Amino acid sequence: MSDIACRELCKTFHQGGETITALDHVSLDIEEGSFVCLFGPSGSGKTTLLNALGGLDTPDSGAITVGGQRLDGLSRGELADLRLHNIGFVFQAYNLITVLTARENVEFIMQVQGVPAGERRALATRVLEEVGLAGLEGRRPGELSGGQQQRVAVARAIATSPALVLADEPTANLDSRSAAQLMDLFVTLNKERGVTFVISTHDARVMGYARRLIGMRDGLIVSDEQQQPHAMDV
Amino acid sequence: MSLPLAALGTLAWRNLWRNHRRTLIMLAAIAIGVWAMIFMAALMRGMTDQMVRNGLQTLPGELQLHQRDYRRDPSVVNSMEPPAGELLQVLQSAPVAGWAGRVRVPAVISSERGSRSVTLLGIDPEAEQALGSLPEDLFEGRGLEGKGDRGLVIGASLARRLETALGKRVVIMSQDPDNNVAERGARVVGIYRGRLQGDEDRFVYAGRAAVQELLGIGQQISEIAVSGNDYRRVDEWYPRIAAAAGSGLETLTWTELDPFLGSMLAVQDGFTLVFMVVVFLALSFGLVNTLVMAIFERVREIGLMQALGMRPGLILGQIMLESLFLLCLGLVAGNLLAVLTIAPLASGIDISSVAQGMEMMGMSATLYPALHVQDMLMSTAVVIILGLLASLAPAWRASRLDPVAALTRD
Repeated sequence: MSDIACRELCKTFHQGGETITALDHVSLDIEEGSFVCLFGPSGSGKTTLLNALGGLDTPDSGAITVGGQRLDGLSRGELADLRLHNIGFVFQAYNLITVLTARENVEFIMQVQGVPAGERRALATRVLEEVGLAGLEGRRPGELSGGQQQRVAVARAIATSPALVLADEPTANLDSRSAAQLMDLFVTLNKERGVTFVISTHDARVMGYARRLIGMRDGLIVSDEQQQPHAMDV
Repeated sequence: MSLPLAALGTLAWRNLWRNHRRTLIMLAAIAIGVWAMIFMAALMRGMTDQMVRNGLQTLPGELQLHQRDYRRDPSVVNSMEPPAGELLQVLQSAPVAGWAGRVRVPAVISSERGSRSVTLLGIDPEAEQALGSLPEDLFEGRGLEGKGDRGLVIGASLARRLETALGKRVVIMSQDPDNNVAERGARVVGIYRGRLQGDEDRFVYAGRAAVQELLGIGQQISEIAVSGNDYRRVDEWYPRIAAAAGSGLETLTWTELDPFLGSMLAVQDGFTLVFMVVVFLALSFGLVNTLVMAIFERVREIGLMQALGMRPGLILGQIMLESLFLLCLGLVAGNLLAVLTIAPLASGIDISSVAQGMEMMGMSATLYPALHVQDMLMSTAVVIILGLLASLAPAWRASRLDPVAALTRD
């Protein structure tokens, strides 16, 4: 499902009378079970590419195929369904629904999917335990630290066993210890469950975890290398 | 895909209370609006009820039977025989609560100081009691003691105009069936205060037998007035009486006898609805503003929900549910407030300071607010339907937000 193919993606923005090229004929293939980092300076197009892969943003031209399904012909509702059932998102901040508790946040997608109450409750509890948040299930986002909030977001992203997790600067607001714990968790999920991770970052320590590093600048892919992953020093 | 109502409901309910103060202010506004709708409707219903009841007591009855030509020429010529046989049987059975045969003719009453044209009513006081058509406030003298009573009961205003008083003799004059003048002297045995001053000037009461004797019409009467004690349900029992009366008599409901009075109900229903809609239109600006603000404050969260895979329809549904919760809470509070404020007024509101003006509309000095379930239902329907319609625009806009723009909103 999570094989990703992008062909000749272009995307421009207009800001203050200026045209900004976010994606400039980007072509890319990502295999199932990959652990990929997109890196580059701010404005290089990482987030735009990530949003396009998740069907959140529509490129001006080019084609994206996720798990054999072309995204360009899908309606908003169909794209939503694709994300609901196949893609987990982790953002840099504002990841959680503030009026729901940690468990309810994790259960939320399953509720929308129609998973029975008992099943989703058990699953949410188990996944929260896995990400080290046992005992904090009843807390609302405001009562959790930034690292704990990110873990809840990860728990939510993986609870439904998506084939693909897209993470946009997931460690940007975390201290080193929390960032290392989060990345360890990603690596474990990638290895044990075969979840494909595509992570955008400009944090060199995060890049160390990736098996594949894709460098971007001015909307172009400027490097694409395989590497031996190594954990960050905390 | 089944609608995850529980998830949407939880989100909607909790979002409602994100900003307690704003929600409470909006709730108060809806509650007061709903209260105003129901309270005003109760006052208007009370006024209409009173006008209709006063009108029915003057008619009297919710249904009348006459000789076919009586309405064209309400003189003694168009009298009829008292009810008998099947008609009498129907009149004596439920749901008829009371009936009275009466002589009703135009007449002239003269004192030594003046003359006035009046309507002479020859009545059986016992039967009229059931119709509620006897003058309620007999402030001087006595009422008629039976259908053979030869005295007259006149209105206070008429007594003033004729410069006559209790115990004085007056002359009552009308026409007999041969168009000859029929007149006789009679003593004023009672003076009444009418619900309306016009009634005091217009109606003179005498024993039915005495009037029949004056006019030389034997047992004949001008009309039969029938009451079922609920003017809104007269159509249910009208056909039985009309069938028993046969084609020789004309059977008319109160709405036909007094079309103006009959139109009051429809006019009032329409006016109540218009009033409710106007109140809600004013209220809807606040509601829309509340929703717009609530959405504006959580644009990022809406973007997040879209990113997580919530379809636009579900986001729209969640915001509509939020609005529905707000409306329902406001409705409960408003209805409760209405019941609590209207119940203590059951004994009536004294409007005597403006009673003279109100009398022209057929009302008396005390107004009885009438709380009707149908008005509560109507206000509920207006608030829910218009409230949801007003909420559609902000909810639609929220559901169509661009997720990327929403997620990056400052």
